[in-house]
Amino acid sequence: MISKDLIIIGGGPSGLCAAKTALESGLSVLIIERNPNVGGQLVKQTHKFFGSKDQYAKTRGFDIAKKLISDLEGFPNLEILTEATVVGLYRDRVVTVLHKDKYVRYQAKSIIVATGASEKFLAFENNDLPGIYGAGAIQTLMNNFGVLPGNDVVMIGSGNIGLIVSYQLIQAGVNVKAILEAAPKIGGYKVHASKVTRLGVPILTSTTVKKAIGDTELKAIEIVSLDEKWQEIPDTSRKMEIDALCISVGLSPMHQLLSMIGAKTKYVSELGGFVPVIDKNYQTTTQSVFVCGDAVGIEEASSAMMEGYLTGIYVSKHLNTAHRKADDLIKYYKEQLDMLRNGPFGIKTKTGLNKLKEGIHDA
Amino acid sequence: MRINEHPILEFPKKQKIFFMFEGQKLFGYEGDTIASALHALGIKTLSYSIKENRPRGFYCAIGNCASCNMIVNGIPNIKTCITFLEENMIVDKQSDKGVIK
Repeated sequence: MISKDLIIIGGGPSGLCAAKTALESGLSVLIIERNPNVGGQLVKQTHKFFGSKDQYAKTRGFDIAKKLISDLEGFPNLEILTEATVVGLYRDRVVTVLHKDKYVRYQAKSIIVATGASEKFLAFENNDLPGIYGAGAIQTLMNNFGVLPGNDVVMIGSGNIGLIVSYQLIQAGVNVKAILEAAPKIGGYKVHASKVTRLGVPILTSTTVKKAIGDTELKAIEIVSLDEKWQEIPDTSRKMEIDALCISVGLSPMHQLLSMIGAKTKYVSELGGFVPVIDKNYQTTTQSVFVCGDAVGIEEASSAMMEGYLTGIYVSKHLNTAHRKADDLIKYYKEQLDMLRNGPFGIKTKTGLNKLKEGIHDA
Repeated sequence: MRINEHPILEFPKKQKIFFMFEGQKLFGYEGDTIASALHALGIKTLSYSIKENRPRGFYCAIGNCASCNMIVNGIPNIKTCITFLEENMIVDKQSDKGVIK
């Protein structure tokens, strides 16, 4: 069995940032990544990020990914295993991995679960027809592989992802017929909404999809208007002919691995669903197992990165090999996180984090 | 359908990769996953549901949802959205839980 100081599960923005501060502290680090490359979902994000320069603002997502990866160059204590899926997690910090066709076992002193999130789905008739995709899937298909999802698309959900992906669909030459939003108002930032409305895409609020139409693939959808109680208004049904439907109704934290070691979770709707219970150092209720990024609450990638840097430092302190600038950096990254959460959309995250903390004793 | 012109990204034409899909010789390009190559050819149905035999395409494209599982070189339950296309691969639709022969 191979031993490592720290095993990071997930090579997305949060995991890569955690690796950086942990490596700077002298720890040996293994990143285990399921996909053929690290970078997580940044690699498909063509838009420029918000925030300040320290949070990689004004840089496109795929360029941030390159930067985070290059930050890890030159550390001899780093190993990255791609196309590797963690299949077992044990309380004594044994991690079992399926790497291509081989089964490998590792022993870690500490573990960081940085597994990110998965896209939520929506219940409606025929929602399983080919031609119905998650918004992230469309982004991957277009921006990583240069393949178009279809000719005529409707987006469900006007949160930031729905708005940004709609804009990217237009950039790729796809006709976005409409963005549907079940709530009475647009969910995402005004700046993103204005970009698509300026290009003539209607954002239909209080409207949702009722069913998908098609025998073997999507041909059309039936949409309806909703009243203030989210009930269908009679005689508002209309049909839209499309060949791709994009679902962007939020993300769920992905931390199922933690259930293998009995780490406690708590339902906090503001954070996207069930999230692991953590102490102030991002440690789960299982000793020496930490979690950061979207896996511990849905936010933007910028926050996931700051949490990653922080968690790497917390692990270094936990293993008594504290980063030489630990205290300064902790203060700094905490300030960055506060700044990111200070906007109007940060209220939700802050409320969620307070709920998560309720009744939990800090270690 | 592939993107030819894009304001931010470049997609230079890469080497063709030939593969078999349901007994038919098709091609994608280097860097394609199996699912992206099929989608570019207009093939959206990748499998059929186990109980009702309903057609299934991919949903998440990042290896989460298992909606893109296919039989590749005789091995079932391959997540074709994160598996790169290789020359002479034999790709078939899957309609059961997956049987290893």
